[in-house]
Amino acid sequence: MNYTLDFGPVISGLPDLLKGCAGTLFLAVTGMTLALAIGIGGVVLRDSNVKALRILVISFVELIRNTPFLVQIYFVFFALPLVGIRLSPTPTAIVALGLNGGAYAIEIIRGGVQSIHKGQIEAGLALGLHKTDVFRFIVLRPALRAVYPSLTGQFIMLTLTTSIASAIAAYELTSVAKLIENESFRSFEVYGTITLLYLAMSWIIMKAFAVLSMRYFSYPVK
Amino acid sequence: MPAQPERADPLITMEGVDKWYGEFHALRGVNIEVRRGEKIVLCGPSGSGKSTLIRCINHLEAVQKGRIVVDGISLDDSARAVDAVRREVGMVFQSFNLFPHMTVLQNCTLAPMRVRGLNQAEAEATARKYLERVRIGEQAAKYPAQLSGGQQQRVAIARALCMEPKVMLFDEPTSALDPEMVKEVLDTMIGLARDGMTMVCVTHEMGFARQVADRVIFMADGEILEEAAPETFFKNPQHPRARTFLGEILAHH
Repeated sequence: MNYTLDFGPVISGLPDLLKGCAGTLFLAVTGMTLALAIGIGGVVLRDSNVKALRILVISFVELIRNTPFLVQIYFVFFALPLVGIRLSPTPTAIVALGLNGGAYAIEIIRGGVQSIHKGQIEAGLALGLHKTDVFRFIVLRPALRAVYPSLTGQFIMLTLTTSIASAIAAYELTSVAKLIENESFRSFEVYGTITLLYLAMSWIIMKAFAVLSMRYFSYPVK
Repeated sequence: MPAQPERADPLITMEGVDKWYGEFHALRGVNIEVRRGEKIVLCGPSGSGKSTLIRCINHLEAVQKGRIVVDGISLDDSARAVDAVRREVGMVFQSFNLFPHMTVLQNCTLAPMRVRGLNQAEAEATARKYLERVRIGEQAAKYPAQLSGGQQQRVAIARALCMEPKVMLFDEPTSALDPEMVKEVLDTMIGLARDGMTMVCVTHEMGFARQVADRVIFMADGEILEEAAPETFFKNPQHPRARTFLGEILAHH
């Protein structure tokens, strides 16, 4: 093998790569926030009394979970402008990541909600609380705690999925890497470097979830 | 607890109440009146419908037939009536059902703040008052999992009292407790009874029934078979099923 490693382009491109990391983390965090909102809202609608809403949520979850993310992001990017919704790449990526992560989050969070003992809900109702308050104050936190490891895994996955947003040239690490690689042809060095950067970002996100868990879910249980 | 004014109308009325779970006929033609300040003990073999009966009073269970009136409010399945009734009816469950992610104090302040509209300071003052009353004031900052079963159940009683209900329903409040903790919960309930609280208790604690009940109601197979003052009921049960039941219960005590 007579390939000589040359990290020159990577080193000179490092400021851009780090900005790319910031872009990736931005997509990841905003995508997760949207996904969490969709996840919680979806669970509420999924078990609502209105049949049409339940079917809507089930259809949404099935649609998202059985189609490729690349197609979903292209759909948002290229198809929505036809109905007058025109988003630039980064918002497109956030919407697509949020919808995709949200569909998985619905299923995960729903599992958590179903794990809550019926007595908890009855105690809330017996105290005079409305159904929405029972969900918000009594069910939600223990439910999220119950599925926290799965939810963390799903959100790490979402963080890595941001790289697919490079297909529509959203500002994130893989897009930046592609540009450097196109100019330098240093594929091994460039993609080797961003592999390590993704690893580092996953680790950071995981730590962040651990810190959040300490803050919100550290109450003692038997 | 402010003493409840003497009023002629019953606090709880159930008339001709029937309930089915699918094919299973859980309550059959139940008629009950509970006067203000009265203490009722409901007993009967398991599956007799006693828990179902008290769960109908605060509409945790809906009934298919009959009329239930609580404090002048007719429970007609409308959300408004259900809300109004639940505000006045406290309930204590067999399995405590404290909220694990909230401290004892937060368990007690949630409903008064969200339902009664108290601010945090008011709700906490109320909560501390009732936690003192069930002699658990020093545990206010702890989480439920850090307390013993008896302590948890006393918190559950305090939590219900914080809504200042007109009646307290107890659904086998000591059945999930280790024997040595039964007494502390019963003592709390006896104290509550002495202060004039209207109470409907599903329990097998016949000592408690003797001591505080104005009336014992015996149920089997979803029907009320006997209703009597505790002395009469224990000394001279009329219905054969009541005699069998008492024989079994007392053999264990």
